[in-house]
Amino acid sequence: MKKEIINVSRREFLISSGKVGAGFTIGLYLPGCSEQSGNEIHATSGATKMAPPQEISSTPAKGLKEVNAWVVIQPDDTVIIRIARSEMGQGTLTGLAQLVAEELECDWSKVTTEYPTPGENIKRDNIWRDFMTGGSFGIRGSHSYVRKGGAVARHMLIEAAAEQWGVDMAECSAANSVITHTPSGRTISYGKVADAAAELFPPEHVELKDPKDWKLIGQPVKRLDTDEKLNGKQVYGADLWMEGMLNASIKACPVFGGKLKSFDASKVTSMPGVHKVVAVGDDAVAVVAKTWWQAKTALDKLPISWDKGANAKVSTASIDAMLDEGLTSSKKVFVGNKNGDVNKALKGASKVVEATYRYPYQNHATMEPMNATAIWTKDKCEVWCPTQNGTAALQATAQAAGLPVSQCDVHKLHLGGGFGRRGAIHDFVVQAVAIAKQLPGTPVKLLWSREEDMAHGMYHPITMCKLTGGLNNKGDLTSLRVRISGQSILASINPAWMTNGADMFTFQGMLPEGDHAISYSVPNLLVDHAMRNPPVPPGFWRGVNINQNAIYFESFIDELAHTTDKDPLAFRQALMTKHPKSLAVLNAVAKKAGWGTPTEKGVGRGLAVCKAFASHIAACAEVSVNDKGELKILRIVAATDPGYAVNPQQIEAQVEGSFVFGLSALLYGECTIKDGAVEQSNFHDYPSMKIKEMPKVDVIVMPSGGFWGGVGEPTIAVAAPAVLNAIYAATGKRIRQFPLKDVDLNA
Amino acid sequence: MIKLKINGNVVDIDVDETTPLLWVLRENLGLTGSKYGCGIGSCGACTVHINGEAVRSCLVPVSTLNTSKEIVTIEGLSADTSHPVQQAWKELDVPQCGYCQSGMIMSAAALLKKKPQPSDADIDENVTNICRCGTFNRVRRGIHLAVQKNNKS
Repeated sequence: MKKEIINVSRREFLISSGKVGAGFTIGLYLPGCSEQSGNEIHATSGATKMAPPQEISSTPAKGLKEVNAWVVIQPDDTVIIRIARSEMGQGTLTGLAQLVAEELECDWSKVTTEYPTPGENIKRDNIWRDFMTGGSFGIRGSHSYVRKGGAVARHMLIEAAAEQWGVDMAECSAANSVITHTPSGRTISYGKVADAAAELFPPEHVELKDPKDWKLIGQPVKRLDTDEKLNGKQVYGADLWMEGMLNASIKACPVFGGKLKSFDASKVTSMPGVHKVVAVGDDAVAVVAKTWWQAKTALDKLPISWDKGANAKVSTASIDAMLDEGLTSSKKVFVGNKNGDVNKALKGASKVVEATYRYPYQNHATMEPMNATAIWTKDKCEVWCPTQNGTAALQATAQAAGLPVSQCDVHKLHLGGGFGRRGAIHDFVVQAVAIAKQLPGTPVKLLWSREEDMAHGMYHPITMCKLTGGLNNKGDLTSLRVRISGQSILASINPAWMTNGADMFTFQGMLPEGDHAISYSVPNLLVDHAMRNPPVPPGFWRGVNINQNAIYFESFIDELAHTTDKDPLAFRQALMTKHPKSLAVLNAVAKKAGWGTPTEKGVGRGLAVCKAFASHIAACAEVSVNDKGELKILRIVAATDPGYAVNPQQIEAQVEGSFVFGLSALLYGECTIKDGAVEQSNFHDYPSMKIKEMPKVDVIVMPSGGFWGGVGEPTIAVAAPAVLNAIYAATGKRIRQFPLKDVDLNA
Repeated sequence: MIKLKINGNVVDIDVDETTPLLWVLRENLGLTGSKYGCGIGSCGACTVHINGEAVRSCLVPVSTLNTSKEIVTIEGLSADTSHPVQQAWKELDVPQCGYCQSGMIMSAAALLKKKPQPSDADIDENVTNICRCGTFNRVRRGIHLAVQKNNKS
């Protein structure tokens, strides 16, 4: 790849110039956000002498001139890199900083980061662009402009040094935060010229490095956010504390769509610490108390009566009936991929195979329950919260506050898990603001109980899938019909993103082209979706629909291979000649896993491959099932081609972690519905995998270059089907209903 | 008024005595390193040491405690993040979101106290914390690395 020449617009300069930005306060400096309200925030209550004052993770850049929006350099050469996306464990903070630092040519050991606020972003005409952290987009969606941010800053720093020396800047170069004038050998560090650089015009254009010249991108550097996660100092939203703060515990109507009818506050107002009991919107009630434990204890005792509304009789069985009908219906059906004439080809097939799969509702179950802290006054509202999308959180704040966006702001904290739950819908922010509005000027922290989190998720949507495959007399797949029946996320969350009424997310992994293209060539293909929307709120759940679709598709491909007595690897390879990158990851896992070599009795191997979030992913699982039907996942080999690998050790961590997320869902994940509400209430009945169930994972990171693929989500999709196909190889049992906890593998 | 011994300090706490230790730590003492994840002793994010044993603090009413019970939280595990488990965690970049990691580290540290050379089966049996990001394999490697660090020191 040649050097990219990137133009820097005049308009961008005006907004990013140090002078225009003067007085601008930034990001994670929590107390600074409350200058007007006069509140001080500490991570500790200060209630006793024991409580050590906790530093907030980033050093505030307040009061310092920025070189540009992305880079602030302190006199001691500390480099503060601004990160607009949110850190929720996926390592984006470190990866994005690597991208900026690569072009900045700074000393990596002096790099720290901070979050700009979405409010400042709006005031500065969207200078940090997209705050949305989802769709595995953090790096692939911003690599170009953040690298440019680093390159522009480097240029300005060199120019400032050259001006100071009175030399031609073409004779100067920068490395490791030091600028050198080559002819004279003079040097100066970034910290000494940062102030002067801030006064300069940015260059007309900058050149980004050729990937072959990268020194920091591609290196397995350590995460920048680890230290405070080792000693309890990392402050999450749930940990936030402010002077005078009250705590709220909330209960919304457990029946979806139900309303709050009444509550009897008099029964709890005399309980210890209770300050106020408030209705929140039209469907929830909260107790506000001195401590959260007091609030929750009182809420548990509060008599509440609900108007359960129209969904009070909805059940898993009634939802299944809706979806069953969709499997064969011609009503409200949308086509996602079509080529050839599938019906004609199926009629002419030598053999037709059909199977129907079902995938349940699942909860994100982030370890840190939903929370937000809000201060509302009649002319200002500020929120502190873990969010995957600061801009969306700000919009939710403004709407709930009844104030213009310009009078609100949101201060982001690192997330204790996101997985999609904290991105599109900020119900927890709306609630926190609604409560704070009833206590003007008082900071209120709303923290959901785990039970509330289980009852009011934005669930990984339920779908079913009927697949019909036609084989010719040689056992080649000539036709495939895929009917998905089930819930659309977009129809509920954002109909404006739909395409002529269709929800294209539904077809992830089966689309004709793009980030989620099908990895096989089938001469006659029809993939369609009968949209059936039960009254359970769906949401983006790490991986989104690729998770269900890869199970359906990769299990069924395996079924077809076994029907024809063909090797599942060879059967796939024959369909993948036009998909070389997907084929390459598949071949890599097969080779490393010893595909084709003998296994012991009761042990089987299974494959899965797909393209997701623009990356190519494959896995080979090896499992055993003993004579009691007990499953042990022994080993998984996983390969990923994300195009460019910014931090290989963090990619490994994401791939390993993806198996925990994907296999927890396969083994245990199911939210069932009874009387219009979710039946599961905590980790005892919605379990998550533990260390003893974790297989060995061998990760192959094989970046082929030339594109930018995502990392945080794709591997989840292959986790379950690889294991399911391995179970089939071990037992001859094909599983089409999930989770596995409900399946007897010995039957 | 209840007297507790936490991280070597004796403190007087004026709370309803049914309050779980977790909430006393978090809300009365400002020790927010111990996390709330479930409140039913299932996830382990609230794990602390009481007399050296890993305990889920969300299930321990403060009424059951007194100064004969040495309570150690993540904040008191070491003064400078120097505990072998913390050092191993740092070397391997174990945490992802990090929310469960205080509890994970406290579970691992208690295991090493009980069994200085734990087998994988010991780890399976004793480290029962939930991590939704999926750090388990690095947690396991981290425990084995901490053993090496212990042996060296």
